[in-house]
Amino acid sequence: MPKVKVDGIEVEVPQGATVLQACEVAGKEIPRFCYHERLSIAGNCRMCLVEMEKSPKPVASCAMPVADGQVIYTNTELVKKARQGVMEFLLINHPLDCPICDQGGECDLQDQSMKYGVDKSRYELNKRSVKEKYMGPLIKTVMTRCIHCTRCVRFAEEIAGVPEIGAINRGENMEITTYLEKTLDSELSANVIDLCPVGALTSKPYAFEARPWELTKTESIDVMDAVGSNIRVDTKGWEVKRILPRINDEINEEWLSDKSRYACDGLSKNRLDTPFIKVEGKLKACSWDDAFKYIAENTKGFTGDKVFGAVGDLVDVETMYMFKKFFKDVLSSDNIDFRQTNYFIDPSHKVNYLFNTSIARLEEADLVVLVGTNPRLEATILNARIRKAYVARKAKVYSIGDVGDLTYPHENVGSSLSAIGDILAKNGKIYNSLKSAKKPVFIIGESGLSPNGEYVLETIKKILKDNNFLNNDWNGLNILHQNASSVGAIYLNLLKSNFLEDLNNDTLKVVYLLGADQIKVKPVNKFIIYQGTHGGLNSKIADVILPGAAYTEKQGLYVNTEGRVQDANKASFPPGNAKEDWKIFRALSDVFKKTIDINSHLILRENLFKEYPIFKEVDELPKSEIDSLTFKNVTPVNGNIKIADFDFYFSNIIAASSKTMDECKKAKQILQKTGTDN
Amino acid sequence: MLQDKDRIFTNLYGDFGRDIKSAKVRGDWKDTKEIIAKGKDWIINEVKLSELRGRGGAGFPTGMKWSFAPKEVKPGRPHYLVINADESEPGTCKDRDILRFEPQKLIEGCLIASYAVNANACYVYIRGEYLAESKILQEAIDEAYKEGLLGKNACGTGFDLDIHIHLGAGAYICGEETALLESLEGNKGQPRLKPPFPALIGLYGCPTIVNNVETIAVVPTILRRGGKWFAGFGRPKNTGTKIFCISGNVNNPCNVEEEMGIPLKDLIEKHAGGVIGGWDNLQAVIPGGSSMPLLSKSICETIKMDFDSLVEAKSGLGTAGIVVIDKSQDIVKVIARIARFYKHESCGQCTPCREGSGWMWRMLERIAKGDAEVAELDMLMDVTKQIEGHTICAFGEGSSWPVQGLLRHFRTEMEERLTHKKNI
Repeated sequence: MPKVKVDGIEVEVPQGATVLQACEVAGKEIPRFCYHERLSIAGNCRMCLVEMEKSPKPVASCAMPVADGQVIYTNTELVKKARQGVMEFLLINHPLDCPICDQGGECDLQDQSMKYGVDKSRYELNKRSVKEKYMGPLIKTVMTRCIHCTRCVRFAEEIAGVPEIGAINRGENMEITTYLEKTLDSELSANVIDLCPVGALTSKPYAFEARPWELTKTESIDVMDAVGSNIRVDTKGWEVKRILPRINDEINEEWLSDKSRYACDGLSKNRLDTPFIKVEGKLKACSWDDAFKYIAENTKGFTGDKVFGAVGDLVDVETMYMFKKFFKDVLSSDNIDFRQTNYFIDPSHKVNYLFNTSIARLEEADLVVLVGTNPRLEATILNARIRKAYVARKAKVYSIGDVGDLTYPHENVGSSLSAIGDILAKNGKIYNSLKSAKKPVFIIGESGLSPNGEYVLETIKKILKDNNFLNNDWNGLNILHQNASSVGAIYLNLLKSNFLEDLNNDTLKVVYLLGADQIKVKPVNKFIIYQGTHGGLNSKIADVILPGAAYTEKQGLYVNTEGRVQDANKASFPPGNAKEDWKIFRALSDVFKKTIDINSHLILRENLFKEYPIFKEVDELPKSEIDSLTFKNVTPVNGNIKIADFDFYFSNIIAASSKTMDECKKAKQILQKTGTDN
Repeated sequence: MLQDKDRIFTNLYGDFGRDIKSAKVRGDWKDTKEIIAKGKDWIINEVKLSELRGRGGAGFPTGMKWSFAPKEVKPGRPHYLVINADESEPGTCKDRDILRFEPQKLIEGCLIASYAVNANACYVYIRGEYLAESKILQEAIDEAYKEGLLGKNACGTGFDLDIHIHLGAGAYICGEETALLESLEGNKGQPRLKPPFPALIGLYGCPTIVNNVETIAVVPTILRRGGKWFAGFGRPKNTGTKIFCISGNVNNPCNVEEEMGIPLKDLIEKHAGGVIGGWDNLQAVIPGGSSMPLLSKSICETIKMDFDSLVEAKSGLGTAGIVVIDKSQDIVKVIARIARFYKHESCGQCTPCREGSGWMWRMLERIAKGDAEVAELDMLMDVTKQIEGHTICAFGEGSSWPVQGLLRHFRTEMEERLTHKKNI
């Protein structure tokens, strides 16, 4: 490892590191605008210049590789002057509109100008002005503020895989644009707002909403998909003003999908803020007591097989635990399922239903086989990792089932199940790639597990076993869930066979929908309880509505598709008369005179951990217990994998209530129009 | 004065035919096979002996540059030779005449240089405005293919070489070697970060040697007559002959091949017919294309035209495009025009050059009009210093040096203009 001297401090850094990294190891702060750890090096802002012995000119530390024996100075007069010079150049054409700029308070240019700039300008000419560019419903542009660091350009090209941002013109007329001024065709587009070091790209929905120092910041977990991206929820009073990514290299690095970031305006729209009961066919607001009494009267005598509970896609572990307890203790029933469509889950062993490779190690993959899943829409952040594997080591990607554009090249091998049988029989393209692969990954989506899920799962297990890719070093078997609640529910064993048929069955008398919005229930001869946050199709058919808390309004555990338990904090509180969900079950059990004796969230967690110790391992990946995995022989079936349509911007009730998501969807529809439409 | 027998470019004025037959009569393609048969090491060594320095402006020793290319070609990583014919430096037109009148010298040089650096493909990047010249070169290449001098088993050497012509789109910055490579790859012409240098990671990420047209065109003659012969002209490290382009306020603007180190006064008086209005009417000379700092008359009296003498005079030989400025010119306006050129041609990648080049131009325009304060001269100097050396490529120097030269030699005139608010 090369040794470098920075301001007299000797540091050892790994081969291939840059001088800037060496300076950071030595504890020296180097100002920068264009440099970003996760993007390629551009070296164009020239803010990171340092003095290097034996170099006649100052060097850009972000781009200079370290070499043994380099002597670097970061605090000389030359360096100070160079920084001041660059700062002055950046500011001569930057408008001084900080008071009306949304970046104010979290602006790199503002901060670094304070620290490294001079106190006044020598430039007395007119400043350049640049026309705004349209970049879609999420990104507000004030291009006069742009300092041409090209972070957005590099992000779009490298991470998002949509090379749609670029620079046109030369010299001082250079402008960053989307060329044709169309919406960015990416689900990761809003990350350029975080990357922009100035106020050129700011958040359109959040424009002029608040100043960063007015916001209360709460660390939380995203529930829009099963990835479990780490987020920070910024609230002002009750309202969630914005959601930003938190850095977690194991999961989302520092990116966030557009839905996770911008569906938050759906939290204040279309909310259920008071209980309702159906009177003469119409829902009428009522008190909690009335609602509870109504439930007790109408469910009297219905227990066991006569009741069914459906768990929705956004429900946290504690709520599900209480739901299960309520069913067991009060209704003497185990009839709960978390699935809203029928697909195969084998809960007998963790490896059978988790994303075993882990999201972070996806980067290492050299072969990716997608079986009935569109990761771009179902798990955007995870898709960015697959793209990373493609960029870094040209990972080959095959898809069984037609998925469309994934932002990286992939080969569709048709949708017939025989494609899987072929691999097992050592035939075909995928097998040829598998032969030479060192770290192959199979990703099975929910569409892949339905309707011939057991065959798909067991065959792929056998393929991996045969080729020795199912061991403690490398586990290539992955199930990609779509919902934040799925794995937690499987941990709690909330599964029931044939539940969809039962829903149309007359013997079922009571259906309790816990935030289950996508499940189809025939509202005939059934008493339907809907407990959730937003008004939707299923709340309309309900006989009683109990208003609950959304994910930002309660403390809760979520388990992502890897099986990683994560703790989401309470950033806001439920609106109106709505209550945190576990409290509703607690109160309801009283009405049934079968009190569940849990009186605080702390006790709830204690009980949960005692009964299911797996939830105790917060933020950890579950231990691999692959040796105890069992295999089943399955008979080959004929059939196809059809990837179910996935409405990315409307995939859950919060997103569907969001105005921003609606705009995104419309913008995407315009984008997809060809010249022959209309 | 260079004697006719020592001229390399014997058809610099197009007096004879440029076709391959006429070229062969002049000595081109003579013993090429034998030269190549002597091997790579011999060729590189001979070029090193000749002390040939790059003729594109920076003056990097050519033999050393070639020796940077990896000795072995790794599978999947072919080597390339790229000829920089993007001659855009104002005041320079030497490569154009080589392309027009001596294309076979360039092609022969390409073959030898490609062999020396293990390149089987050679790209000639010609500036877009040289459309006619590119057609001439293409004809010459076609002729060479027909004669078996290029292609498979080129010139009977057992070595394969294909030459491709690529026309630029008229951007000055694409003459910078890494911007040229970007442009050649089809990207926006913006210089790359160095290191890594193109000799290791260049065109399409493969080892690439980029040379100027003149550099390559003189190589065959050097090898035929020996590196020692070439080194016999000029003084150590500043050897050989060089094409000087003399333009501006002279009676007879011309291109002339001369010995390195010839006095500037000789060049102007003997070859260019003298300064218009006589030597005493001389105001200043830009010695090496618009990006080099100008020289005042007193320096011009004695200065010798080679790399090191001009660096001592705080200027540079650059492309040897000599622009003579007589006393009828407003020197501030001249430099303001040059500054405008650089503002227009900055690629816009680095902050100092993007923002600074326009600032310098606007300041100079006002100073030229006398509409500025004397204190702004210091500020102007400060701005040039803030650009110089702070950018990815040498454009920062190229845009700030002319302004520095002006301030160095004509500060009193400028101060006077600003004090008396003379509006010229």
